[in-house]
Amino acid sequence: MTYIGQSVKRVEDKRFTTGKGKYTDDIKLVGMTHAHIVRSPYAHAIIKSIDIDTALAHPGVVAIFTGKDIAAAGINGVPAGWQVNFKDGTTMKEPPHPLLVADRVKHVGDGIAVIIAEDLATARDAADLIEIDYEVLPCVTNPAEAVKAGAPQVHDNAPNNICFDWELGNPKAEVDAAIAASHHVTRLDFVNQRMAPNAIEPRSAIGHYDDSKDKFTLYTTSQNPHLTRLLMCAFVLGIPEHKVQVIAPDVGGGFGSKIFHYIEEALVIWASKQIGRPIKWTSTRSEAFLTDAHGRDHVTTAEMGFDKEGKVTALRVSTFANLGAYISTFAPAVPTYLHGTLLQGLYTTPKIHVDVTAVFTHTNAVDAYRGAGRPEATYLLERLMDTAALEMGMDPAALRFKNFIPAFDGVTQPGYQTQVALQYDSGNYEPVLERGLEMVGYENFRKEQAEARKNGKLLGIGFSTYVEACGIAPSAVVGALGARAGLYESAQVRVQPTGKVSVFTGSHSHGQGHETTFAQVVADRLGIAMEDIDIVHGDSDSVAFGMGTYGSRSLAVGGSAIVKSIDKVLEKGAKIAAHKLEAAEEDLEYAGGRWTVKGTDKSIGFGDIALTAYVPHDYPAGLEPGLDFSSFYDPANFTYPFGCHIAIVEVDSDTGKVTLKRFIAVDDVGNVINPMIVDGQIHGGLAQGIGQAMLEGVAYDSEGQLMTGSFMDYAMPRADDLPSFEIDRKVTPCPHNPLGVKGAGEAGCIGSTPAVVNAVMDALTPFGIIKNLEMPMTPQRVWRAMHQK
Amino acid sequence: MIPANFEYYRAGSVDEALSLLAQPDVYAKVLSGGHSLIPALKLRLSQPGALVDIARIAELRYIRQDGNWITIGSTSTHKDIANSALLAQHIAMLPEAADLIGDPQVRNVGTIGGSIAHADPAADWPGVLLAADAEIVLRSQAGSRTLAAQDFFLGFYTTALQEGEIVTEIRVPIPAAGTKSTYQKFMQPASRFAIVGCAAVVQVSDGTCSNVRIAFNGVADACFRDGNVEKALEGKAATAENIAAAAAQAAQGVSILSDHYAAEDYRKHLAEVYAKRALTVVAG
Repeated sequence: MTYIGQSVKRVEDKRFTTGKGKYTDDIKLVGMTHAHIVRSPYAHAIIKSIDIDTALAHPGVVAIFTGKDIAAAGINGVPAGWQVNFKDGTTMKEPPHPLLVADRVKHVGDGIAVIIAEDLATARDAADLIEIDYEVLPCVTNPAEAVKAGAPQVHDNAPNNICFDWELGNPKAEVDAAIAASHHVTRLDFVNQRMAPNAIEPRSAIGHYDDSKDKFTLYTTSQNPHLTRLLMCAFVLGIPEHKVQVIAPDVGGGFGSKIFHYIEEALVIWASKQIGRPIKWTSTRSEAFLTDAHGRDHVTTAEMGFDKEGKVTALRVSTFANLGAYISTFAPAVPTYLHGTLLQGLYTTPKIHVDVTAVFTHTNAVDAYRGAGRPEATYLLERLMDTAALEMGMDPAALRFKNFIPAFDGVTQPGYQTQVALQYDSGNYEPVLERGLEMVGYENFRKEQAEARKNGKLLGIGFSTYVEACGIAPSAVVGALGARAGLYESAQVRVQPTGKVSVFTGSHSHGQGHETTFAQVVADRLGIAMEDIDIVHGDSDSVAFGMGTYGSRSLAVGGSAIVKSIDKVLEKGAKIAAHKLEAAEEDLEYAGGRWTVKGTDKSIGFGDIALTAYVPHDYPAGLEPGLDFSSFYDPANFTYPFGCHIAIVEVDSDTGKVTLKRFIAVDDVGNVINPMIVDGQIHGGLAQGIGQAMLEGVAYDSEGQLMTGSFMDYAMPRADDLPSFEIDRKVTPCPHNPLGVKGAGEAGCIGSTPAVVNAVMDALTPFGIIKNLEMPMTPQRVWRAMHQK
Repeated sequence: MIPANFEYYRAGSVDEALSLLAQPDVYAKVLSGGHSLIPALKLRLSQPGALVDIARIAELRYIRQDGNWITIGSTSTHKDIANSALLAQHIAMLPEAADLIGDPQVRNVGTIGGSIAHADPAADWPGVLLAADAEIVLRSQAGSRTLAAQDFFLGFYTTALQEGEIVTEIRVPIPAAGTKSTYQKFMQPASRFAIVGCAAVVQVSDGTCSNVRIAFNGVADACFRDGNVEKALEGKAATAENIAAAAAQAAQGVSILSDHYAAEDYRKHLAEVYAKRALTVVAG
């Protein structure tokens, strides 16, 4: 039986679609209390006094803790998981992010006090009884403004609000010279706007201290429970890890926002010991907008040089990356090693230099959001390509063909060494663009467009060809780049005595369908039925260790770890089989769940071998009983999916409203285990990427107040905002992992955004070459761009 | 998001609702579909002592013809109105507007009475009812009174509704033969409230426009009839040129709203565009 390549229905959907998923907020523990967090209404203010006496006396209130209590308990702030140094080698500025602020709040939503009560309504009522006296201070929200002289300072020890500056690529002087010598230079100044991740399930955490065992349990909405445990125990609370079990049960979406270790997790754990009862905190959607780490927020200048024939000669990029008020877990890596390193794109650009200044502002933290750095890099490159094509009077598709890196499979041909540190594993870029052009009917479209223009209709087409880095990541490489963790994955394959299989993975499924995809891989490798396999994840007491799910890593890294353990199972199984069949190991072959002596009908099934391993009466001498193997897989390289996205839009010339008419995506994510799940990932990614182009965007006003703090103001893409996607795939296997897979979780979100903006730029060419299209492209912005008002 | 404490009463009849509202020393609010009130409660922007839920009062949910009027019970949902063949036949802009409100969940629960009592400047019903020349029936324990829509909507979230009163009915006159109506809306993409909503009613006979009524939502701090546009088209031939000239008069002399999605100049421009689109539907 072959499962790989089949669109097997997702086994987890039975519980999700019948309301039987078990999420953190569904969990009720005996004696559980409820927490409400009092948050700063100001972006920047000194807390002059807090009076909690009335609130503490409110019936049903169990305890109230403030920043003073946290400081008095000697609790550290939540740490950064990645360190990036200044260009001069000095370490980044790493101001503390306290669990609760005692002295000076630094963004709207900063935690000030936690009220713990018998029920949530009581906790919320008591919040109205706390009196806080603030001295409001000036604030700054834009990173390019924050570095200017005289800007309000977020932290005392980060002059000019700079966390670090950083560069990568060829020597700047060489790139400057190449740009200066170019026949044509296209320059864009733009903002890659801030995004709110908006997972459907808000964050939630339950802390439970059991004094009879001196053990803590944290239930939390996490994409990586082991990492949360490591950061919380070792860096924040100083609790030994073996005394803490972290469980991330069903989790309803993350998009990056649930990678990070948040203050609320450490708060409920610490406070549960103080009060001797379990504590649950669940975010409201309003709190989610204020405190779930946001994404993107770059203010960028990018210049691309070309020779007379349209070959790219150089790329120079300078970006201010907004970190927000505090450094979130992976924040330093996003604008640097996940952005700067992707600026080669799929082009042969010989000289590249990128300069990044990471900046503190009085806003919520910014960290990885679906794609994390790679969408910013792709947006920059692909906006430059289409703009340059218009400026040079060239066809945007032809310009890309002219600059593509030639095909390389990474097996018979070496990987492609970029100018920005990475070595691509395998790539074959022309076919995805060729297929995209074929699907869109490019020549016909240009005719239709010309005809439409005669009738005053504004039709446009936009391209984006992208490459991204997934399968995060080789530990030694990321360690050298500042990661404070390894990025391998673990897997245990436990064959039960009956031949049924439990797989424990350090990956964490929060929508990806691991219970299905991983089971397909295991079933095929072992030649058994999917129903005989159970995938276990999300519990630090069950799973040996894990780095979780993000960066499209689960199958490429976590799946590879599973394959390693399966190989060990089969290797030991073969020894037992050889003994039982009285044959030499090398004379056996394994297929369809049976070991067979080659050229004979003598065989034995997987189940019999499993039973023998656990009932080792007639057993190879010197071999341990049992059939249970753990493995850690550390990838040799990132994986590099790529693809071509094409958007067709119509712009209403009266109002500026953009209608997305068609969207074509041809992605190459390597081998595919479950096409339906990959299609779903692509569709979801496209909706988010198109959402960024057209609808979504976090906006703060000059006082640092969130203007987009609810779904009444923050526009999520809905079904009727999107056309029916036209998608196809090419397959260039990954040469360095056993499944040949590259990862599909972020591709849709990475490639799509610039295609839509480029399409609008193309539609508006009757008004000239309009470069300053800011996202989201609201009708007002497009109308102003048309009329340059 | 947890509201402050309140008492909850579910009324079975209008009389019961009115007596619950009249309880002394209780600040009671009427709950109908709740799509404006519940968020305000959750944000603690509104902290009434009691809610009187009228959504299940059967006698308030109907759409029927009464001579030359169509009468709409105040707890009729937006979906009820969207589905009404009677309204579609006589005054199409009401079902059209209903279908453009929020999303299916909102339309299935939100009510016309609740919406007009709240009088959000970006809501859809106020301008539609102005252009329809509708009347609003209000009841209190003191009796019943009927106001022209023009006299009901007084300003920014302000109506003529008094303490102890409930909106019980909306009365829409059946327009003369040859009259067409439409509601054209430019939505805020997140909330789907109107950035500009234009309700237009025009009778065209022998190619000439009469009984022109145009009203806007979302443009100013309250809905308004746009007399300049109406005058510019009244008695004129129903031609594209005359429609364009009339639409160019849109939103003159009113104080125009400005926000994150539409600054004043853009909103005024949209008012012209949507006046033209609406008039083109009914008189083009």
